[in-house]
Amino acid sequence: MIIQCLIIFACLAVGELIVMLTGIKFPSSIIGMILLCTLLKVGIVKYDKIKGMANVLISNMGFFFIPPGIALMLYFDIIEAQFWPIFISALVSTIIVIAVTGWVFQLTNRKRNG
Amino acid sequence: MDNIFVLLALTFAVYYIASIVRKKTGIILLNPILITIAVIICYLKFANISFETYNEGGKYIEFWLKPAIVALGVPLYKHLDSIKRHFIPIFFSQLAGCVAGIISVIAIADFMGATNDVIISLAPKSVTTPIAIEISSALGGIESLTAAVVVCVGILGAMIGYRTMSIIKLSDDASKGMAMGTASHAVGTAASMEVNPVHGVYATLGLIINGILTSIFAPIILRVMGYI
Repeated sequence: MIIQCLIIFACLAVGELIVMLTGIKFPSSIIGMILLCTLLKVGIVKYDKIKGMANVLISNMGFFFIPPGIALMLYFDIIEAQFWPIFISALVSTIIVIAVTGWVFQLTNRKRNG
Repeated sequence: MDNIFVLLALTFAVYYIASIVRKKTGIILLNPILITIAVIICYLKFANISFETYNEGGKYIEFWLKPAIVALGVPLYKHLDSIKRHFIPIFFSQLAGCVAGIISVIAIADFMGATNDVIISLAPKSVTTPIAIEISSALGGIESLTAAVVVCVGILGAMIGYRTMSIIKLSDDASKGMAMGTASHAVGTAASMEVNPVHGVYATLGLIINGILTSIFAPIILRVMGYI
């Protein structure tokens, strides 16, 4: 438990430090994720050591979204004023992303296989 | 009734009950995240409690989002071989999905008269909250609006994703998972995990890779299109 937290928070801390020191506009959590993957790949971190904690975090990720979702109540006025642009653009764009990603994957995958 | 432990217990309770109701009924519209957000907002409004008060406890839940993103390094490692094998389809579908998503949401929102700060807040809408918030705040968007829109896009994708994919006749499992994770991050991934674990694996990849690509391309596209 402690060692698992140490690994995850150490990776995140390195990510935060890199962002702070270089001033790049890149999410620290992604740097931490790539670092963790690299540590697993080179064998410094063992998969069996970290998988328990990682599973708990990943399978509950949806729950962690609730407080930022509740923050919606602070923006009822902006959302009310621009409800349709926000709603329609998000909806249509989500459908576009699903279609484009799925199609391109299927097409390039099929071509390669046959 | 505005004690942070009462509010936290209430959040866990509503989410737990909503998850059970969803499992029993199987109605996708009853997304537990959406239900919990709606119920808690109603409760706070009714009991006259401010969001700031709620967030004194709520921030401890949100806190775990960043570590959860770091934890995605574990499935990423586990699927490195699969990524290598499918490198070309993964690379091109992610690139196309990411760019199409950013450009379409900007263009439609602008066409329908959204203001600049709202447009910037919408640009990273397909990626998971901690990443989207960091992108939005770095570029001058409204962080909380981004967070809210990201949650809504996740739920929207989870609700309409599989219907959309059957209409456009997507057939293979990898492309279905990829599309769900790319379009609607963790919430879409959770939904596809319930349908088929193979979908879940590719959805996780979509969520991870689109997160990385959007951090790179959202600022570039917004700059080229003249919003920042």
